[in-house]
Amino acid sequence: MTSPETATAPPLLSMSGISKFYGGVRALEKAELTVMPGRIHAILGENGAGKSTLIKIMAGVVAPDQGRLLLDGREVSFASPADAAASGIACVFQELSLIPDLSVADNICISNPPRRFGLIDRQAQRVIAAEALARAGADDIHPRILVKDLPLSRRQMVEIAKALARKPRILILDEATSALTAGDVAKVFAVLKRFRSEGMALLYISHRMHEIAELADECTVFRNGRNVATYKAGTRSETEVVEMMIGREYKNVFPPKPAHVSRPQPPVLECRDLGWDDRLRNISLTVGEGEVVGLGGLDGQGQRDLLLALFGVLRGTTGEILIDGKPQTIASPARACHENIGMALIPEDRKTEGLMLPMTVRENLSFAALDRVARRGIIDRDKEEELIDGMVRLLGIKTAGLDIPVGALSGGNQQKVVIAKWLMRGPRLILLNDPTRGIDVGTKQELYALLRRLADQGAAILFYSTDYDELIGCCDRVLVLYDGSVINELAGDRLTERALIASALNVDQARMTEARI
Amino acid sequence: MSDITGERAMERRLPKFIRRIDPAVATAFGCILLLLVVGSIYSTSFLSVEYLLQQLKVAAFLGVIATGMMIVILLGQIDLSVPWSVAVGGMMACAAAAFGHVGEALAIPFGILCGMAIGLANGVGVAYLRIPSMIITLATNAVAQGLMVVYTGGFSPQDSATAAMRYIATGFLVPGVPNAVIIWALIGAAAVFALTRTTFGRSVYAIGNRERAAYLSGIDTRRVVLIAFVVSGGLSAFGGVLLAGYASKAAQSMGDTYLLPSIAAVVLGGTSILGGRGSYLGTVAGVILITLLQSILSVMQMPEAGRQIIYGVVIVAMLLLYGRQRRTE
Amino acid sequence: MKEWRFWLAEQRQTLMAIGIFAVMFAIYVTNHPAGFTANVVQTAANKSVLLAFVAMAQTLVVITAGIDLSVGMIFILTNCLASWLVVGGAGATTLGVIAVLGSGLACGILNGLIVIYGRLQPIVATIATGAAYFGIALLLRPYPGGSVNEGLADALTGKLFGVIPASLVALAAVVLVVWVPFSRSVLGRAAYASGSSEPAAYMSGMPIRRAKFLAYALAGLLASIGGLFLTFFTYTGEAAYASGNAYTLFSIAAVVLGGVSLFGGKGSVIGAIFGAFAFRTIGDLLFVFDFDPLWQPLFQGVVLLIAVSLGAFGLFRVRNRLEWFG
Repeated sequence: MTSPETATAPPLLSMSGISKFYGGVRALEKAELTVMPGRIHAILGENGAGKSTLIKIMAGVVAPDQGRLLLDGREVSFASPADAAASGIACVFQELSLIPDLSVADNICISNPPRRFGLIDRQAQRVIAAEALARAGADDIHPRILVKDLPLSRRQMVEIAKALARKPRILILDEATSALTAGDVAKVFAVLKRFRSEGMALLYISHRMHEIAELADECTVFRNGRNVATYKAGTRSETEVVEMMIGREYKNVFPPKPAHVSRPQPPVLECRDLGWDDRLRNISLTVGEGEVVGLGGLDGQGQRDLLLALFGVLRGTTGEILIDGKPQTIASPARACHENIGMALIPEDRKTEGLMLPMTVRENLSFAALDRVARRGIIDRDKEEELIDGMVRLLGIKTAGLDIPVGALSGGNQQKVVIAKWLMRGPRLILLNDPTRGIDVGTKQELYALLRRLADQGAAILFYSTDYDELIGCCDRVLVLYDGSVINELAGDRLTERALIASALNVDQARMTEARI
Repeated sequence: MSDITGERAMERRLPKFIRRIDPAVATAFGCILLLLVVGSIYSTSFLSVEYLLQQLKVAAFLGVIATGMMIVILLGQIDLSVPWSVAVGGMMACAAAAFGHVGEALAIPFGILCGMAIGLANGVGVAYLRIPSMIITLATNAVAQGLMVVYTGGFSPQDSATAAMRYIATGFLVPGVPNAVIIWALIGAAAVFALTRTTFGRSVYAIGNRERAAYLSGIDTRRVVLIAFVVSGGLSAFGGVLLAGYASKAAQSMGDTYLLPSIAAVVLGGTSILGGRGSYLGTVAGVILITLLQSILSVMQMPEAGRQIIYGVVIVAMLLLYGRQRRTE
Repeated sequence: MKEWRFWLAEQRQTLMAIGIFAVMFAIYVTNHPAGFTANVVQTAANKSVLLAFVAMAQTLVVITAGIDLSVGMIFILTNCLASWLVVGGAGATTLGVIAVLGSGLACGILNGLIVIYGRLQPIVATIATGAAYFGIALLLRPYPGGSVNEGLADALTGKLFGVIPASLVALAAVVLVVWVPFSRSVLGRAAYASGSSEPAAYMSGMPIRRAKFLAYALAGLLASIGGLFLTFFTYTGEAAYASGNAYTLFSIAAVVLGGVSLFGGKGSVIGAIFGAFAFRTIGDLLFVFDFDPLWQPLFQGVVLLIAVSLGAFGLFRVRNRLEWFG
């Protein structure tokens, strides 16, 4: 697969002892990675294993707290993406870094355009762009077309061509094939293999196991912010890989789940064939009274879009949503929280979507339930106080007072405020979008207990989490999403970390079961 | 738990402005005191009750206009249609007065209504078409100007203010206290109530802080924005009605000198230009500060040129001090 | 083979602006009592280039998704300054012109410093600096007056070879000297990029702040060229508040008519120039059709209102309502 010269060549880039903390939360701890020229190195790991942070450090987007980066044996540190690019590291990110209003040629040559008399030479630029596109196997894209006029899959190809035009020595592809068609993937693979033979080092991050099997020379598995194993591609079975990825540290204690009971019909929420753009496909699910249903899968497989679609934020959704068996059109969050629907969404990012940070705890707590504490638009302060006091006690929110800015609270308490704010409406259907991200263990525990208590009181809960441990501990059933569709439903004994990861990677379940026997 | 609730009960008994004094508001009041001291050096009559009441009366016109501007700025938007909303209010009220007794009776509401119509256009543009507020308000300002030019034929309008308009601007219901001041106090009280005690007010602050979060909380953010612009247009026009009553007639450019001072008053009072933060008390301080500054500059016989420069410099300086906190967070 | 179609797509907005202007101007000259003569063209050109310069200034800032509400006041300030300085012999006049352009550039630099490095909102910051610039103008010219080197003025407002309006030639020269290098430099591209998508521009390692700063600074310079020409046309300086405000407003209208997106990243100065020409022609059209000139401000306002509302149609393509909130 690889020639002996390149195999014994010195490493191009080596990272050692890399640690990175966000607030108190560890993203990477003493991670190691060696990148060899002329090799394709795959990186695997479940959500939060530290893959993205590792790449961001390499690409100069974030700086590590500890550790060393050696490029050609010399220590380097990147202050910005431009710095990393200048050192020959190019990155194809999932979130595209293309400028929509500029042409494909402008975008491809953006960091170092060809110049004549000091001015950008558009003719030469088009030639370079056409070459780069041809090399990436995307010669159907005209260099003069504007990026915003291209469909997503073509933009991804432009992104790859842009990275190639820099003639990098290290090319990082972070889920770069997620938006591509099968034909494009084949072309891209051929190109990547060619670059490998030319001596480029490639880092390949993907959730598609078969792609990794086809492409990679080496694989490194990350878990809990650390690299746990590096092996030659093809020497481990998919089952063994899944085994390496599991083994998260269990720190959480979960409330006991009730034995299986028959749920009253109709379910609180039912959706049939829900679709949106190409991000959600034919999603059908039910959530019954008293039930906690989890949404699993690798991050970014449509879970967030599903919650937003249910909550009336997305436009142009297809399919049907039934509440208590009756079809409903939900065209806005205001409609979703209306009495006869009674939905609540604990959003993804509490700082920008859940809270108004500079406003007081009081104002934040009562904001979603203002119509409950106000008559004809005038707030009844005593009633507000009463409701708030109840909530503060119920959730044990620790605050120095109700009139301090909510931004002054700890992350865990902020999250409690977001949840309390919605509980004040007494919702019957609660959607949670990864609510425990970045909060402390103690608060997590309280939230788990709270969720179960709410379910026991009759609420229907749809719970997306990037933490598999949580899904297993909290949920009665878990739906696993992959590329915008539900590909598996796990419940009871089948709800295990192994099964979750295998489904998330879309690894064949039958083979998995075989391997275990 | 018990000591927290006890503490909170005590907190609640204290008025809000003592509990949390915004440094910007404190600075504004400090500047007012400074100006009074400086002014009293120039002229001893500066500290007399008559003079101060006179200043309050002049401040009242700006105060009414700045109230609307403040609500819009709290949303994180801006209303640049103030100049011609003011003029439309004054001119239309005077125009209505020409239509006999009915016209005279309806003069004030008609003027305000015309301003609200401008605000409605602004609000629809900002909330539903999502045109940047600065652009759409500039455009409606131009249209309002065009309409008034056509209406007046390019001359200063000949209609004069009604007796009622003159009375609310210059009369004395309470001996010694000009009616304009009472009106400002009433509008101010209504604004404080609306901003602190109603769902509308809470929504305004919330939208100014994070429109996304407010929307996801089930608030009809577009309606709130629309209402805010209508209120702003109406208050600007009412300011115009008062000014017309004060001068006995309306004039083409009567609103031009109110755009910058109304923004300045709001910003100097500590309201964040990015929205979401600010108290009406601060705006009151800002209005008085601007009025005193104008008064002192005219006592010092500072030419218009100097005033414009001082305005510009003071606003930029205050913004550099207070206006950019949120982005650095 | 299909190169012309891409060229068409790239220049669509600009060509639209040119088309709108061409139609309006054709209607104007065919209905003008004198018809299509060099004199009619010269008068029209002289009226239009002033707004064209200010619109160019606005365009540079708008491309970065900013706004400069002080361009009209820089225009007035430099007019007042020129009515003092651009006098005397050839040497003195040259120095005067340089001083006027330099002070315009300085105003732009100040705006850039405050907005980019002081991190203030451009709207309020430039309203405030605009007030200060107007104050200085008023200090310079409390009453209309002053003079200008009339030889230079007549040369630049007259006709070349008896046919081509010299002011148009000057406009073209400024486009060549300022716009062409800017639009084809790395900083110019960074200006477009940061207006189109600032996060993407950052990820691509572009010099965002320097590009924006340059846009504000050049806007000051271009506005001062406009101020200089105003002096050449009127031979005097006047600190006219209403006129400064009107030019700021019209510059935005011209920019929008010229196909420059107020959300940044899109459009060109050429489009804005023809937008300015078209906007100016509205008044001329009203004139040849014997409308009362009183209707002019209303027509201009309505055109501006319609133009800014047209930009809202992209809204209906938004699939995720959270995108409304940026």
